[in-house]
Amino acid sequence: MGSLIKTWEIPGGIHPPENKAQSLQLPLGKVPLPPTLVLPLNQHIGTAAKPVVTVGERVLGGQLIADAEGIFSASVHAPTSGQVTAIEDHLVPHPSGMSAPCIVIEPDGADQWVELNPLEDYLDADKDELLSRIRAAGIAGLGGAGFPTSVKLNPRADHQINTLIINGTECEPYITADDILMQTRADDVIAGALILAKLLNHPEHVLVGVEDNKPDAIAALRKAAAGTEIQVVSFPTKYPSGGEKQLIQILTGQEVPSGQIPASIGVVCQNVGTAAAVYRAVRFGEPLVSRITTVVGEALQTQRNVEVLLGTPINYLLEQHGFDPRQASRLVMGGPMMGFSLPDASVPVIKTTNCILAPSKSELPPPAPAQACIRCGLCAEACPASLLPQQLYWYAIAEDHEKLESHNLFDCIECGACSYVCPSNIPLVQYYRAAKGSIRQEQIEKDKSARARRRFEFRQERIAKEEAEREAKRAARRLAAEEAKRKLAEQKVETPEPPATAQAPAGDDSLKTQRARLERNLAAAKNSLAKASEPLVANEPGGTVTEEQLAKQQARIKQAELKVHEVEKKLQALDASNANEATDPVAAAIARAQAKMSMTPEDKLRSSVESLSKRLAKAEQKAADARAQGSDTADALAQGVIKLKEKLASTQKELNELTPSTVAQPSSASRSDTDQAALAIERAKAKAAALATMSAEEKLRNQIDALKARLEKARSRLEKAEADNDENVEAFRTAVDKLDERLQQLLAQQ
Amino acid sequence: MLRVSSPHTHIRRDTGQIMRLVLVATVPGLLALTLFFGWGSLFNVALACITAVLCEALVMKLRRRPVMFYLRDCTALVTGVLLGMALPPYCPWWLVVVGSMTAIILAKQLYGGMGFNPFNPAMVGYVVLLISFPVPITQWAAPAGVLADQVGFIEGMRQIWAGVPIDGYTAATPLDVLSQNTSVLMEDLYQTDPTLSTGLWAGAGWEWVNIGFLLGGLFLLYQRVFTWHAPVSMLVTLTIMAALFYDGGSSNSGGSPLLHLLSGATMLGAFFILTDPVTSAVSNRGRLVCGVLVGVLLYVMRHWSNYPDAIAFAVLLMNFAAPFIDYYTVPRTYGHKKSRSALDKGEQ
Repeated sequence: MGSLIKTWEIPGGIHPPENKAQSLQLPLGKVPLPPTLVLPLNQHIGTAAKPVVTVGERVLGGQLIADAEGIFSASVHAPTSGQVTAIEDHLVPHPSGMSAPCIVIEPDGADQWVELNPLEDYLDADKDELLSRIRAAGIAGLGGAGFPTSVKLNPRADHQINTLIINGTECEPYITADDILMQTRADDVIAGALILAKLLNHPEHVLVGVEDNKPDAIAALRKAAAGTEIQVVSFPTKYPSGGEKQLIQILTGQEVPSGQIPASIGVVCQNVGTAAAVYRAVRFGEPLVSRITTVVGEALQTQRNVEVLLGTPINYLLEQHGFDPRQASRLVMGGPMMGFSLPDASVPVIKTTNCILAPSKSELPPPAPAQACIRCGLCAEACPASLLPQQLYWYAIAEDHEKLESHNLFDCIECGACSYVCPSNIPLVQYYRAAKGSIRQEQIEKDKSARARRRFEFRQERIAKEEAEREAKRAARRLAAEEAKRKLAEQKVETPEPPATAQAPAGDDSLKTQRARLERNLAAAKNSLAKASEPLVANEPGGTVTEEQLAKQQARIKQAELKVHEVEKKLQALDASNANEATDPVAAAIARAQAKMSMTPEDKLRSSVESLSKRLAKAEQKAADARAQGSDTADALAQGVIKLKEKLASTQKELNELTPSTVAQPSSASRSDTDQAALAIERAKAKAAALATMSAEEKLRNQIDALKARLEKARSRLEKAEADNDENVEAFRTAVDKLDERLQQLLAQQ
Repeated sequence: MLRVSSPHTHIRRDTGQIMRLVLVATVPGLLALTLFFGWGSLFNVALACITAVLCEALVMKLRRRPVMFYLRDCTALVTGVLLGMALPPYCPWWLVVVGSMTAIILAKQLYGGMGFNPFNPAMVGYVVLLISFPVPITQWAAPAGVLADQVGFIEGMRQIWAGVPIDGYTAATPLDVLSQNTSVLMEDLYQTDPTLSTGLWAGAGWEWVNIGFLLGGLFLLYQRVFTWHAPVSMLVTLTIMAALFYDGGSSNSGGSPLLHLLSGATMLGAFFILTDPVTSAVSNRGRLVCGVLVGVLLYVMRHWSNYPDAIAFAVLLMNFAAPFIDYYTVPRTYGHKKSRSALDKGEQ
């Protein structure tokens, strides 16, 4: 199988000095057993494993010492036999220089192992069996990210995997760990790849991607892969071809959609080291307790690749390679492009440690001071994700998070190509990391406040609901009580009283009886009030009136008063509701007359002046409006205004004349006014009395008569107006019509 | 032991080196200028550079910045060289000084210094002079071979420093001739005009100056100092425009494509002005657009405006438009369906 398969090119990318030869001069080495092994519980992405050993316990090589906690986790095993001396926080390899729980083992040098459980015919084995073996071995991606391998091998049902990619690109300068692995253990890699392919239901393509700067590795792999479904593909060297997304693009031409995983386009990617480890775990039952790491840099006497036990402290490893701290400019775990500088050399080698770089000061000099961005665009040309690094840089400085996200900051893979080429030495990636961090932080804060708001709203809702429920219960209780009362009342009504009374309010005929009843009630109430108001008599002769009695009496009086009031009101209501229209004007006339009578003539005039001026203002307004709208009625309105003005003037004059004279004694006019009002009152009262005593029929007849008279009058007025060609003819006509209508109605009732 | 963020390695090329490469790339063009138009251009370049560097140092001092750190980036020198080459040889000394001061102080430092200037400093300096002193700035020396004598050293110095005029050392440039021509066929123009008739394609001297700048530009392209997008799109557009309006060489003709490519400041503009990173569009697509628009503008102004050459105006106008072009030419990011211009997302 040749590499006849088509490859694609990724945009951007750089060609930094490879520096891979240094560590390939010597064969793969081994380091002696270190005095202690520090095994972090979390050497992968996901949840930390849970320790299953205790301090002081003796463990054997390959023994499980911390069990995976959930799916996104990986177990940890003892790399050799020895004693657990501590389970405590220890510095771990992390850019922040943080500490995390670790199991510390002191090897006893015997290197006794637990009995491993090999599986000869693994290719015929059940998939679950294979997966559980991989999981039990604690394998996490050895390429650098440390993603628990078994998770990736269990894709979602809707993700149809058609391509398995084994990543042997190793594009970072200096690192040759995968290279030497492929050269020396190509068979393991290929066997592992076959297991992975089986687990993924034999995808259409199983590709091993290797950059063309590793001819030996390619040759070894091709030899090992001969006769299998696996194709070894080589492609031009360019950083960062080994990035998962980039390698997928190179080998398939497809891009992983932003924010999704490769499985969404049917691709699963595994590192060559992972594939080899999978093979060892499945075939021999070996847990992941060691890995190949490149130890390189000019600050070392020996630069080579070593197979090193996980947990080996870096300073021990460096010691074994003749490390000179005075020469070193820094210590980097990983490559020079994406690795992070170690705060302390006491951190251990973990599953993802592919390189320890100890460069001299001339090799990787301290970064030059940053200059202003000259917008040269070299960064954009270098970016493998086709971002605009300098725009991102400006927005990161301005902390414009919206713009950062709209320029797809989160598609940045932090490969460092932009920083590498920047002629102004701007540490671009650092800005992006910081910006990503603060955006994430902001998101967390936002989520938090959103949660708090939701909680508050839920609480409000709950309180409102409870209140509503209580209210409903109260209402139900009230209803029930009313129902009961009503039933009781019905029973009472039915038994002692004749049915006539119950039906009292029904007919017109019963009006009188109703009235009579109310009057009786009123009399009774007044009576009881009088009784209640009687002076108190001491309960016992000679004794005094107690406070209690007093209070009781007062309550009684109050009740009686209330009753009187109530009955009076009822009586009034009855009168009002049953009185015909005719009575209303009577009452109104009485009220008006009474009001007039109670007024002094001066007041009267004043109020009329007031009302006149009000009317005038209104009329003026109307006239103005009409004129503005060019209405026909404008002239008539204007005339009205003039008339009103005249009237106002005369009233005003009258008032002025009146004021000085009427202060002392009322004028004859006013007296006559009063008399007239009194007369009107008398008349109205008489009418009301007559009405009250009349039967409904009589009332109706009366009304009809009155209406007829009014109609007659109105008709004559209308005739006169017609004869005079009065402008109010229309008004008169409508008045006559209305009266006529009313009369017809009443006649119909009769 | 250092604790720094990745990447730990860096390409061994900084802004100073890029600018020095640009300076080196101007050598062929400057050499041609000197060979054909005398030592005036060399003098201009020297004076403009001295003024530029002094101004830069002064402003840095005023801004309390480390002077040497900023001078080392050589951007002031580049500005000085570009301006010096754009100014006519033997022009009065104050013209050079005023132009250079304007470029550095007004167009560059007042905007915040390197990286923050929206307009190409050298072109701002040039345009200020062109508008303020139109006469002295349009007096180009005649190329060697057209007139009998080259300007002598004493003569030149007296004109530069004391304003004592030299008799008849100037000649109309091919673009001048072209823009003033209203009645002569192109063929006849090539025979009658002294500059055009002594040249091979686009007038004596000018063609070689442009070829010199073209060589320098190719060198920079080879050195990956800039991408091909802007210069190539500009030159192609200019060629197309010239071909469209060549009009068969009539008296109305705008001149042949070759004439346009090899005369005036075409190559200087394409490879040294338009590619100024600070003021150009950011993305490659944006640069293509920018180049096309500069090509169109350049031809339009050469053919229909009163200015015989218009590189400065065309480039400055595009500097105005660069942010706008950037806005609409955001490249498609990996894993995204299509490139979303900043506008789309910004409105969400």
